[in-house]
Amino acid sequence: MTSFRTFFAATTALCAGSAALAADLEVTHWWTSGGEAAAVAEFAREFEAQTDHKWIDGAIAGGGGTARPVMVSRIIGGDPMGAFQFNHGRQAEELIESGLLRDMTHVAEAEGWKDIVNPPSLLEACTVDGKIYCAPVNIHSWQWLWLSNAAFETAGVAVPTNWDEFVAAGPALREAGITPMALGGQPWQSSGAFNVLMATLAGPDVLQSIYGDGDAEMAAGDTMARVFKAASDMREMVQGSNVQDWNQATNLVITDQAGGQIMGDWAQGEFAVAGEVAGQDYTCLPGLGVIEVISTGGDAFYFPETGDAETEAAQDALAATLLKPNTQVAFNLKKGSLPVRGDVDLEAANDCMKKGLEILASGAIMPDVNMLNTEDTNNQLNDLFVQFFQDTSISAEDAQARFVDIVASKD
Amino acid sequence: MAATRPIRLFRNLTAKIAAIPMILTALVVFVGGTAWTVTYSFTSSKLLPRTKFVGLDQYERLWATPRWLVSIENLLIYGVCMMVLSLVLGFLLAALLDQKIRYENTFRTILLYPFALSFIVTGLVWQWLLNPDFGIQSVIHRLGWESFDFNPLYNADIVIFGVLIAGLWQGSGLVMCLMLAGLRGIDQEIWKASRVDGIPAWKTYIFIIIPMMRPVFITTLVIIASGIVRLYDLIVAQTGGGPGIASDVPAKYVYDYMFQGQNLGQGFAASTMMLLAVLVVVIPWAYLEFGGKKRV
Repeated sequence: MTSFRTFFAATTALCAGSAALAADLEVTHWWTSGGEAAAVAEFAREFEAQTDHKWIDGAIAGGGGTARPVMVSRIIGGDPMGAFQFNHGRQAEELIESGLLRDMTHVAEAEGWKDIVNPPSLLEACTVDGKIYCAPVNIHSWQWLWLSNAAFETAGVAVPTNWDEFVAAGPALREAGITPMALGGQPWQSSGAFNVLMATLAGPDVLQSIYGDGDAEMAAGDTMARVFKAASDMREMVQGSNVQDWNQATNLVITDQAGGQIMGDWAQGEFAVAGEVAGQDYTCLPGLGVIEVISTGGDAFYFPETGDAETEAAQDALAATLLKPNTQVAFNLKKGSLPVRGDVDLEAANDCMKKGLEILASGAIMPDVNMLNTEDTNNQLNDLFVQFFQDTSISAEDAQARFVDIVASKD
Repeated sequence: MAATRPIRLFRNLTAKIAAIPMILTALVVFVGGTAWTVTYSFTSSKLLPRTKFVGLDQYERLWATPRWLVSIENLLIYGVCMMVLSLVLGFLLAALLDQKIRYENTFRTILLYPFALSFIVTGLVWQWLLNPDFGIQSVIHRLGWESFDFNPLYNADIVIFGVLIAGLWQGSGLVMCLMLAGLRGIDQEIWKASRVDGIPAWKTYIFIIIPMMRPVFITTLVIIASGIVRLYDLIVAQTGGGPGIASDVPAKYVYDYMFQGQNLGQGFAASTMMLLAVLVVVIPWAYLEFGGKKRV
């Protein structure tokens, strides 16, 4: 009996001893598609290689809409994870205000994030009252049109170089038995695609004044009427793509069942996993070929307050690791996104990423919608556009009137 | 006898002490939680609850939101159809089973089995069955009837009926069981008497048996009604509220705004409206069930 007790005491002591050296850090995120999972595995590998801590993967399937409520309820329910991924912007605003997230300014200063993070707006989106609360890990832009070269070959038309040519090619694709455009049923895809149409056909300034300043007059004006007209063209083109998830829609383009898709640059990860070559199997048009501009949204990691010194050490280590040059290159190549630091070498980048890097270097950037709108406004936009794109009985004028209401009441 | 009679409050003291946790739970969790929710529905709470009162703003926005109106309409259509059809189907099945048929146990088990499945499983099964490329439509196409068109889940106008089919398949078995229990509770003498008088069986059912089964019908109605109001998981599994927002229901609206939209105030306002709807159903029932008896 006594010997048993000594044995247990010894093993307990052993466990406690090893825990002091290295903490298990649970990291939650919603990166579950092929390309995303491959990318996040790079983080885990780098984190475990460079520090003594252990990465516990807490992936939540179903996209941000499903994952965010789970994460938020764990944090406000008093069972915080070690670190979690959000799109930076206003999603974590209230969590920061109520002191649930850790101030990471000390790590940012030690690592000199202010000097390396490019564009600086990424770090600004992490900053509240002069304190830095998150570690930006990548730049994602929404303004891309992905086209299947083989689909246009089958239809006997040249691969479009801009949005208007794409719309014109729609009927030819339809005749060849190809869905002209793929769009998944998830609400955020519908509003995202609309925001891209707005940012490119009307211009980034229009988007900035509507979402940034809540300009309802602009939202009701002729410029926006043209965008809604383009959206109803798009609605004709997406008829027949009965898929839900964004990667299933991308897969329609990869397998040449659909002509194209408006989707952020994360779609590139899917093309890469499928072994497709940019320029040869598929074409990408930044800014829909209309205007060369990309938004600088992206993903960031936040670190909840845990009150546990070991976990805090691991959080600091993770934050520092995420922005190291090696980590940035390995992660972003897999994810298809752009690195947050301008000083890393992305030689292995493919054509599409190089286009993105050039635009980023030229400074033709705009803020991401997530930085301008709260989730509440985004949710209202999701409702409007998912209904608009799925239900042909709503006219462009009615949709615009509802759009104006949302803009007028946004905060 | 009267002198030694204990005080009413202390009669069955152990039972009453044992019930205290339950009473506390009911008061704190149900009543307290409800009051809290209603109070915060008048605030501008976003991700976290806060006491910044904005009057009826959340309700004004709620009733101006097309998605909420669509979800109310869907609930009404689903509710009325579900209520009528499941009662009719359940009663017919029970009446058929009550004809002293062979293998009654087997039939009863088969009919009740769908109820043992969760709404999530039911929803997924019917999502596949109603999928135009894999389900019923494609099977009939392959049998040679090419023009057959049965694709409710991808048509915004009739998608709620696609959900109704799944709901009926799942729920009718339970209604049948309740009805069967009610039928078995009817004295056989009544059947004998009506046979002696030469009344046809269908007339006996409608004019004698059904009125006698009133309590069973009321219980069944309440069970079906509460199932209708909290309809959520079936929608999520079968259609995800789609296409677009065409098959949305109030419970899904509440969830989406409270958690995905990070707008607690809006979600609370919507759930308060749902509570009102439930009260509209429950209060007349409680009055009929309990109020009526006291007068007798």
